[in-house]
Amino acid sequence: MSGQSPQDAWPLWEVFVRGRRGLSHTHAGSLHAPDAQMALRNARDLYTRRAEGVSIWVVPSTAITASSPDEKDPFFEPAADKPYRHPTFYEIPEGVKHL
Amino acid sequence: MTPVTAAESLTPELAAARALGDDALVLAQRLGEWAGDAPVLEEDVALTNIALDLLGQARTLLSLTGDEDELAFLREEHEFRNVQLAELPIGDFADTTARQLYFSVYQELLYAALADTGGALAPLAAKAVVEVAYHRDHAEQWTLRLGDGTEESHRRMQRAVDGLWRYTGELFEPLDGLGVDLPGLHPVWRERVADVLGRATLTVPGGPDRTPWAAGAGRQGVHTEAFGRLLAEMQYLHRAHPGASW
Repeated sequence: MSGQSPQDAWPLWEVFVRGRRGLSHTHAGSLHAPDAQMALRNARDLYTRRAEGVSIWVVPSTAITASSPDEKDPFFEPAADKPYRHPTFYEIPEGVKHL
Repeated sequence: MTPVTAAESLTPELAAARALGDDALVLAQRLGEWAGDAPVLEEDVALTNIALDLLGQARTLLSLTGDEDELAFLREEHEFRNVQLAELPIGDFADTTARQLYFSVYQELLYAALADTGGALAPLAAKAVVEVAYHRDHAEQWTLRLGDGTEESHRRMQRAVDGLWRYTGELFEPLDGLGVDLPGLHPVWRERVADVLGRATLTVPGGPDRTPWAAGAGRQGVHTEAFGRLLAEMQYLHRAHPGASW
């Protein structure tokens, strides 16, 4: 192979897998692929080969805007002392899962 | 050690199962050669996943006709009944992609027809056709990208589909005992392969689709030179340490 290797040339994709109907997609990991269709197939081979999923999303890593560690305090600190925001003051009926 | 039943002594149904099992076993062994060596890590996993699907099919099919380990590890070249397409060296990634395209389109048609027969192999075929549909999709995606990619990838992909074309006719030789009209599937195969090649801006090869040897080919136990080396690698450990396991 001449020139740059695929690892350098191919964009990075973030993979989200939904384990079962009713659950949300959760981040499973990342991979390299030349385009979205191949990313979907690579994700199938890398992250669902032990029957982990019923649905896959792939997103270009560059499309994700993440909060910065420097902004951790302004972002998250104010929520720490407000327990009344947590919905913990009532009983969850039996049979309700994944809440 | 009990001798392996020769293909000639099997009923036509079992001989056909053994031929299909050998196809899957030998191609699985070839695809396994990409482990740790594919162009990218993601492809490494994809190809070995396909190899494992094929190995599963091989185990089921060969177990119908004898002990799977003895069949895999103790037969000699001329006792294998796989088509020659399955045993050819992996070549470069274009060669592997071209073989996967030819073989998976064939296997998908074959297993779909086999599942419809309702015979002894129908349940296996019904399960395998889903696996093979993914193999075909994988080969198709790469054929499109390499054929319609760069100048170099187009040239190498065209060379690969041309080079393997003469091994494709054997896939549709009648196979007694299978209950599937293989020659009847040939035009459908040509149509589907031509459709993918066309979309990939590749030219459908025009040369003969059979090798010139009058003696027949893999289904008659006649194999290419590279097959002996494949068997040496596959069988060496078992022959050096009979019954070894881990």
